[in-house]
Amino acid sequence: MNSVNIRINGKDIICPEGANVMHVAIENGFDIPNLCYDQRLSPTGACRLCIVEMEGRPGVHTSCTMKAGEGLSIVTESDKLSALRKSTLELIFSEHKATCTSCDREGACSLQDYAYRYGAAEDRYPSIVKGGHSDNYTEGGIAIGYDVEKCIRCMRCVKICEEVQGAEAITLDGRSGNVVVNTPFSMLLTDSSCEMCGQCVDTCPTGALYAKAAKGKGRVRTMKKVRTTCLYCGVGCQLDLNIGADGKLVKVTSEPGVIPNDGNTCVKGRFGFDFIHRDERLTMPLIREGDAFREASWDEALDLVATRFSGIKEKNGSEALAGLTSAKSGNEDNYIMQKFVRTQFGNNNIDHCARLCHASTVAGLARAFGSGAMTNSIDEFSDTPLIFVIGSNTTENHPVMGIKIRKAVAEGKTKLLVADPRKISLTDIAHMHLQQKPGSDVALINAMMYTIIDEKLHDRDFIKSRTEDYERMEAAVMKCPPEFAEKVSGVPAEDIRAAARLYAAAESASIVYSMGITQHTTGTDNVLSLANMAMLTGNVGKPFAGVNPLRGQNNVQGACDMGGLPDVYPGYQKVHLPEAKAKFEKAWGVPLSDKPGLTVNEIMHGVGSGKIKGLYVFGENPVLSDPDTNEVVKSLKKADFLVVQDIFLTETAELADVVLPARSFAERDGTFTNTERRVQMYREAVAAPGESKPDWEIITGVANRMGADWNYNSASEIMDEIAAVTPIYGGISYERITDVGLQWPCPDKEHKGTAVLHQGKFSRGLGKFHPVDYLPQQELPDEDYPLILTTGRMLQHWHTGTMTRKSEVLHGIVPEGHIQISPADAGRLGIVSEDMVKVSTRRGEIRIAADVTDRMKEGVVFLTFHFKESPANALTIAALDPIAKIPEFKACAVKVEKY
Amino acid sequence: MSEVNLDAARDILGRIDLSEKLTNGKIKPDYLIPLLQDIQEEYGYLPRPALELISREGGIPLSRIFGVVTFYEQFYLEPRGKHMVKCCRGTACHVKNGAKIASAISDVLGIGEGGTSADGLFTFETVACLGTCFLAPVMMIDESYYGNLEEGDVKSILDRYREGGVK
Repeated sequence: MNSVNIRINGKDIICPEGANVMHVAIENGFDIPNLCYDQRLSPTGACRLCIVEMEGRPGVHTSCTMKAGEGLSIVTESDKLSALRKSTLELIFSEHKATCTSCDREGACSLQDYAYRYGAAEDRYPSIVKGGHSDNYTEGGIAIGYDVEKCIRCMRCVKICEEVQGAEAITLDGRSGNVVVNTPFSMLLTDSSCEMCGQCVDTCPTGALYAKAAKGKGRVRTMKKVRTTCLYCGVGCQLDLNIGADGKLVKVTSEPGVIPNDGNTCVKGRFGFDFIHRDERLTMPLIREGDAFREASWDEALDLVATRFSGIKEKNGSEALAGLTSAKSGNEDNYIMQKFVRTQFGNNNIDHCARLCHASTVAGLARAFGSGAMTNSIDEFSDTPLIFVIGSNTTENHPVMGIKIRKAVAEGKTKLLVADPRKISLTDIAHMHLQQKPGSDVALINAMMYTIIDEKLHDRDFIKSRTEDYERMEAAVMKCPPEFAEKVSGVPAEDIRAAARLYAAAESASIVYSMGITQHTTGTDNVLSLANMAMLTGNVGKPFAGVNPLRGQNNVQGACDMGGLPDVYPGYQKVHLPEAKAKFEKAWGVPLSDKPGLTVNEIMHGVGSGKIKGLYVFGENPVLSDPDTNEVVKSLKKADFLVVQDIFLTETAELADVVLPARSFAERDGTFTNTERRVQMYREAVAAPGESKPDWEIITGVANRMGADWNYNSASEIMDEIAAVTPIYGGISYERITDVGLQWPCPDKEHKGTAVLHQGKFSRGLGKFHPVDYLPQQELPDEDYPLILTTGRMLQHWHTGTMTRKSEVLHGIVPEGHIQISPADAGRLGIVSEDMVKVSTRRGEIRIAADVTDRMKEGVVFLTFHFKESPANALTIAALDPIAKIPEFKACAVKVEKY
Repeated sequence: MSEVNLDAARDILGRIDLSEKLTNGKIKPDYLIPLLQDIQEEYGYLPRPALELISREGGIPLSRIFGVVTFYEQFYLEPRGKHMVKCCRGTACHVKNGAKIASAISDVLGIGEGGTSADGLFTFETVACLGTCFLAPVMMIDESYYGNLEEGDVKSILDRYREGGVK
């Protein structure tokens, strides 16, 4: 873009041609008053306060609607402008009841500040305030309140809902003096298309929109804001925890401009943190006595844990111990946990729930590219010509990423191709939706590649210069024409061809995928297929392209990076390689095992078979999250000694011998690594409950009682150790990531981080094609169990509900689970929405209400695994991908009956 | 609210020319107003279920439809009476006691401004000016003007509509 010279108040400024003048002025430190401006929105020009005088053009002009052109010269303050702004403010006050004395925004309110600055009177014009509007859409509703008496009709809430969030729940109702903000027909937000993200509240320039829970809990100006990283999904949104005078969290805000979320949050980030102050938080170590727990001192609990683990190690050998680390906890905690298992247990029996989500990504992409992480960056999704979303319900599971895609499509910048067994929200705006049967992905992708090769749409230069083993892959693909894939997947062959052409024709195309791809017995194959297709079209190693697995947990990327896996040390250094072993033996000062350890499922089986006697579970809840949970519970009950470290007494903790109380992310410092490999800070914002401690400190306590001599004083010190032994984190330190995180690989202190992987050269050298043949899912529907069950998550809840079901807003919106079923299947079974149904598989049964919806295709039903009353994983099958050992959560045979 | 038969609305949607649609089959935003006019002509007002249908089938968010409908005076969200009674409150009518005519209409029909009579025959509105000052005070029923009114005239005129004397 060309640069132009403009002048503001006599100061010369260079800026891009066509840039928003208001934005340029603010960036350069000029304070132009504004109320309707938000840098994320299209200009509105409603409040008329940003007027400026322009050289060569008489009159006044709104700077928020002005574009920078060569020679533009403006003046932002003059007597004339002041007089006009004063009048404008006085007119605004005719529709804003100035009840500053009782307003939360008092002292941190632009309207108030401008009134003071320009000497505007609140009562110059008669009030036309719409007091007591009969149809307030927030009355009797949850989370968000609207005070029409404070509304100045700036449209920021309506526009952020439409342009940024894409939810389109609210609008201006009426016209001229009668305008109010409203939902259609004044329906409650929970009945509308509202996603409860609270963006409207955050952008409101007055106190008109507010979080109900924050009302009266403290004025904005008295609150302390602590910048942190969201605890929920892998997007890694930067949030500001607003802490009241009593030291408690009042509300969550975010600032436009922050990376990667630009001030946006989803409903969980906005309203999902009240769990931190719940009375049910663990405050003291607990030791089992018979069927109950008793409180114990740290010394007693840690002594017991160390003695029992040491005893088992002595009696049954090192192999009888195992640990599960936590993708919800920080990098420092994960590093310490794996170091603990490797040095104190003396084995590599360390794994975590990444096994259940992206183990096949780590396995597949590492084989194909040499690195198992997202190749590109979140920011690029605003300008990617084509996005192929497969097996990712992005708007619900990575919501802020979802709105980026939605916005890019709405602005016409992006063509969207979606493959998903369900009609998800993204399919509503997609250019094409391929509704494949669960488990048929390899056939679908192979058939797309068949078309690309058949029609010579592939990138021969890229294949020749950057890849190897193309021919074997081609041979496998040519066995899978679209007509074959149609039979397997149910997607018409012509649609497959059209989708292939769309993908191949794009200047650059990005693949976005998630659990729909990975959680299959063919998970690694699915990932390899996607890698094949990206390489086939030259869509790797450049911006706006790549293969982009969206990581589920806030720190699942980090937990893997830290070596929370049975076969690798931190930074994916293989435990079986002598040089890696030697390096870590030197760093940690103890002999290490070169035998890869057990995976999550193998650990559970080991516990069940009595091979593993002692288990240390940290920040995980396998009783609800693992497949075939009836078996998991049976196994855990057999453990000689089970330690669970968590913030709540989870379903798993209830089975423990010792429970150790940890601090939440709001009560300590640390780092998470988000899905785009960005290492970011979370920070202490509130006091910790009771005697809870940071995870790394607890684990260090156990380690030192087992013979270690670790002296860590802070999380920051641990990060320095991580950087020293982990080449991809070599340049990371707290000092460098205070403001903005850094994306690994970041090998040294001068390195600025890496936005796009595999540029010029793959991590493994050449990209490797793999021949992949279609294999059916493990358990196919039959006469007894005629439907396919697929499982997943929803916007309002998180995993096993440990946190979200303790949040008033989240639990208030969705208090119970439903099974989604197609109208055709429901009709045949005589089921209507809200009927109670029995859902059973060969492994278990649950009782749950039905949601009959045309979002489901005939033959497929969908459950979330958030609800302990209807635990989906009592039904799922523990069949594993042979390479990655990931269970097939996404497909098993199921029967649904009316209760 | 009684059940609204949506067949006519579906017909109208079905008749929309392809040129008014986007490639993905959704209705172009520019076509919303003509579409709403067609629906209103059919039903006499804009029934909520019909708007929900347009939103669902046409891919236009309900909030946007609602914003447009409430912005324009020409659109109605409530059923209107068979006959529209408009009483002028312009300057000429005002000085010739037009306000009394308005309150007489209110009394006779038993409804306030903007209301619809229980029998569904009349909707009563006042308007800024009917442009027939020489007839002041004046009211208009459907397409007919009634001028030089006395309060007492109102009832007999409305009765003729009630009795079916005027269709």
